Amino acid sequence: MMHAISLGVFLSVLWLLLSGMFEPLPLGLGAISVLLTLWLAHRMDVIDREGHPIHMGPRALLYWPWLLWKIITSNVSVAFAIWRPRLKIQPQVFTTQASQPSEVGRTAYANSITLTPGTVTIAMAPDGTFTVHALTDAARRSVENRIMDRRCAAMEGGKSPTPPEAVRAEPTLDAPETTDTPPVPSGKEHP
Amino acid sequence: MMEAVLQTMAGPLTVADWISWFCIGSGVFFAFTGAVAILRLPGVFSRMHGAGMIDTMGLGLILTGLMVQAEEPIVIVKLALILAFVFFTSPTTTFALARAAIHGGVDPAADPTPKADPAPAQPEETDPSRT
Repeated sequence: MMHAISLGVFLSVLWLLLSGMFEPLPLGLGAISVLLTLWLAHRMDVIDREGHPIHMGPRALLYWPWLLWKIITSNVSVAFAIWRPRLKIQPQVFTTQASQPSEVGRTAYANSITLTPGTVTIAMAPDGTFTVHALTDAARRSVENRIMDRRCAAMEGGKSPTPPEAVRAEPTLDAPETTDTPPVPSGKEHP
Repeated sequence: MMEAVLQTMAGPLTVADWISWFCIGSGVFFAFTGAVAILRLPGVFSRMHGAGMIDTMGLGLILTGLMVQAEEPIVIVKLALILAFVFFTSPTTTFALARAAIHGGVDPAADPTPKADPAPAQPEETDPSRT
């Protein structure tokens, strides 16, 4: 229920920001749109911790500036690699282990890897093993030092590596895998 | 000193204009670099790095430069929303592209390196009959 209210507030604010009109007709249309969207999202069963991860909110504000800085620095280094008269790149594929307990956290981590130029997540296994393509050795090291992995896990709310009890403390319908049980493919992210 | 810096051939430029020039100029540079990367790098997966560059630094800097020029706060909010949506969707599409490439039989580990013969990379870019 909290997620539905939060999503409703978020959608209403988005409507007000994007329309910028406060006459009865646009406001009424906005209310109808918000309710329709909420109803559809409820029918699709996506209003939960996964579909609307508000629990990450405050910590995401700490993570994003750091990610932004990483994006800037890696952009500059990739730009240098590209403009060299003779290309000095070492394209390679490697695997890395993601330590986020939930699928939202892993998605955030995989997206962060892809957003950072020089590294692209090309496959995710259900047990949290990512296959990553790196353009240079330096880009590979930036993933293998696991700083981003730890920060992503911290954004989810756990210490790194997330202790299992922190996961059990907040049971959800589709419970994220704990570290001491064998991971079960949920089939949700791998159609 | 400050006055001299702000004086240009086209007349005086405000500080906001200078920030815009810097941001949009560097944004264009990164977008262009990304385009060069797509042309220059070998193989499907290496080229994705160039595309990621356009989505992050290219778009980010250009939109930041535009935000400085905004006369109403609402414009800044809208530009920031565009940026946020692209930052969420761009990795997703890149992931879909990578999945499609793997599904289509491209082996990421055997993606051509610059030392390798560029011939294997040819069919994927010069095959107009398929498009």
